[in-house]
Amino acid sequence: MTPALATRGLNKRFGSLVVADDIALAVPEGARYALIGPNGAGKTTLINLMTGMLRPDGGEILLAGADIASLKPEQRVKRGLVRTFQINTLFPQLNALEAVTLAVCERCGVAGSWRLRLASHREEVEEAYAILASLKLDAVCYRLTRELAYGQQRLLEIALALATRPKVLLLDEPAAGVPRDESAALFAAIAGLPRDITVLFIEHDMGLVFRFASRIIVMVAGRILVEGTPGEIAADARVREVYLGGARQEVHHA
Amino acid sequence: MSTAAAEPLAYLATQARWGKAEIAFWLATLLPFVLFPDYLVLASQIAITALFALSLDLILGYAGIISLGHAAFFGFGAYTAGLAAKWGWGEPLSGLLLAGAAAGLLGYATSVIISRFRHLALIMITLGLGLLLAEAANSARWLTGGADGLQGVRMWRLFGYFRFDLYGYTAYAYSLAVLFLIFLMCRRLTHSPFGLALRGIRENAIRMPAIGAPTRAHIRKVYTLAAVIAGIAGALLAQTTETVSLEVLSFQRSADVLVILILGGAGRLYGGIVGAIVYMVARDQFSGINPQYWYFWIGLLLIAVVMFLPNGILGGLAGIMARRRKATP
Repeated sequence: MTPALATRGLNKRFGSLVVADDIALAVPEGARYALIGPNGAGKTTLINLMTGMLRPDGGEILLAGADIASLKPEQRVKRGLVRTFQINTLFPQLNALEAVTLAVCERCGVAGSWRLRLASHREEVEEAYAILASLKLDAVCYRLTRELAYGQQRLLEIALALATRPKVLLLDEPAAGVPRDESAALFAAIAGLPRDITVLFIEHDMGLVFRFASRIIVMVAGRILVEGTPGEIAADARVREVYLGGARQEVHHA
Repeated sequence: MSTAAAEPLAYLATQARWGKAEIAFWLATLLPFVLFPDYLVLASQIAITALFALSLDLILGYAGIISLGHAAFFGFGAYTAGLAAKWGWGEPLSGLLLAGAAAGLLGYATSVIISRFRHLALIMITLGLGLLLAEAANSARWLTGGADGLQGVRMWRLFGYFRFDLYGYTAYAYSLAVLFLIFLMCRRLTHSPFGLALRGIRENAIRMPAIGAPTRAHIRKVYTLAAVIAGIAGALLAQTTETVSLEVLSFQRSADVLVILILGGAGRLYGGIVGAIVYMVARDQFSGINPQYWYFWIGLLLIAVVMFLPNGILGGLAGIMARRRKATP
């Protein structure tokens, strides 16, 4: 079957620094993939390349088999490839309802219209509210985004992405900065997403990765080191070297 | 679900509802006819400047696009309407439409460039475009009359009946009516999905493409619309004064309108109107006291407002109202 998202020979370098080196991956429809690797491995860069926020030096990006490498970021979103951001990238002075309604309106193609008031766009507003309610943000949806608690802002990141009706969702450390006890709840919300949405997420908490990912891609220094099931990755000597090498040395020194 | 969702719809409907203060404000704009009949010429100039500031508010206050050359569209509209009247077509309303269309075309052409830039680059580009047009008008003496201004603008009667009189009755009524109609349009726009999209661009231009928004198309649209409105404002000035001088394209006018909007409070629609009233009445009074140095007082006023009311006069008022509501729940 055609993978929901795939790359072939994706390359990117900043001067002499290679940040994406011949990246080839294929994520089947409905899968839950984790993308892990040490800081600076090129995980966020890969998301930027796939979503069009960075222009690759070469290679293909295939969404449901169609090459989207020449499309603008917003056109890729329209095709169903949507991301969230590691650092909150929200609309500080819009309230949560307005922000999600905006995203719904953009998807429905009415965001350029000013014939009717927002309150007359009943379907779009109701859908936005339903998305907020599904993430338990309905109670705070009239508060300005900048006044929301940090964890609620992380949820709003996901709500904005869901409003675009993604086929493939790229989550860049969705729980970054969220306390451990709350991050599990956040991932439970992600796990509860409809099964037809394909999810690729970056995460540093290995407990969450092993609990929620069906397969794991490990990146190191701009390359894919290995890909496999959680069991395979846990047993892989190279991954242990990358992740535990530094730690083991410290143990030896102590 | 529909019962649960009735609440957000009701909330949004409330946001767009007319407040008592708004209705009172528009009724008060009729007072000059009764209370200050000697100042109707000034009042019409204020209405025209308010319309100009309103057009800047759409791009600056809502979409966050800074411009130091907005007079380009004002001036282009003024010359279009002035030339139409000079060349024998002095009908005011069609003159307005013609000026709006001409300024809109110019606005669309420049919006293609504008939509690609932000922040400092925008300041430089809009400034450059403004200067370019001002100098072009200066050198095209055969067309614009150059520094002497455009002479021979003769307006027909409004609706074939109301003569543009020396006291400014027709001028103020006409300017005020146009301001009000365009204000209604802008008000609808700001409460529409497009208005929300503009605020989205202002709040986070990086996130917009990530929710599938064609940011540049939105910017081209609002910039063109703002140019149309600025052009109509310029046309009103040309028609009500029956002359056009190079000053309509000057950097001073671009800077003044920016100051007026910030003084009143950007992103609130009424900011430009309140700013225009305060600024122009202050200028009128200060220049009466001390004709040579009135910019000294304007400067003082500006510094005071920005220091004590960083969100403008209306922003300050809104802050006071919010505090009072909290104090008396």
